[in-house]
Amino acid sequence: MSTNFDERESAYGFEREYERAGMPGRGPRRMMRRKICRFCIDKVDYIDFKDVKLLQSYTPERGKILPRRISGACAAHQRMLAEAIKRARNIAFLPYAAD
Amino acid sequence: MAEKRTYEIIFIIDPDADDAEVMRLTESAQKIITDQGGSITKTEMMGKRQLAYEISHKRNGIYVLLEVEGSGAEIAELERRMRVNDRILRYMTVRVDEDRRRAQKLKDRRARKAERRTKSGKAQTEKTETETDAEAEAA
Repeated sequence: MSTNFDERESAYGFEREYERAGMPGRGPRRMMRRKICRFCIDKVDYIDFKDVKLLQSYTPERGKILPRRISGACAAHQRMLAEAIKRARNIAFLPYAAD
Repeated sequence: MAEKRTYEIIFIIDPDADDAEVMRLTESAQKIITDQGGSITKTEMMGKRQLAYEISHKRNGIYVLLEVEGSGAEIAELERRMRVNDRILRYMTVRVDEDRRRAQKLKDRRARKAERRTKSGKAQTEKTETETDAEAEAA
């Protein structure tokens, strides 16, 4: 009985340490640091559809719009960004879909 | 409808067109706008660049950007003309005055806030310092 109890306690102790360490990438997800909106820091008021370089950094290989959970943009700026990307696609600055 | 609106018109000309033809097409577009009572505030030749996807079997295009002020009637006329012109691969009009007004508003608000902060900072420097520290921590 006593050995069994000791085992349980050590298992509990291990779990606690695991959680505290956070283990980036593999540990519990909720430990991820919240990103702050890049556009808010730079005080961007309008995202231009002609700024192809900027828009490209938010459209990975497939040409999709980078989702907010990854881009870290706030709601207002993500909206602006999405609008600009869609306009850029229309005028062939960006692809609709890349192979 | 009386108020002035600002538009950005961007269009792509066939890459096989020579400089003279590009100039001719741009000038005719400007003429349509002015004839209809609009005014051109900016003309930018963006030059030849690669298209992100093929448009009528073309891989390149010559981009021209116009900034126009007017009521909106001249946009309709210009788009009608561009639609039938097969040297123009694609065109797009974006109304920018509303977005610019909004951007200006945000800018003004920020300026006001900054001003308030410096004013209160003079009266009680100690407090604002601790406040900004707390803000930095929260962020």
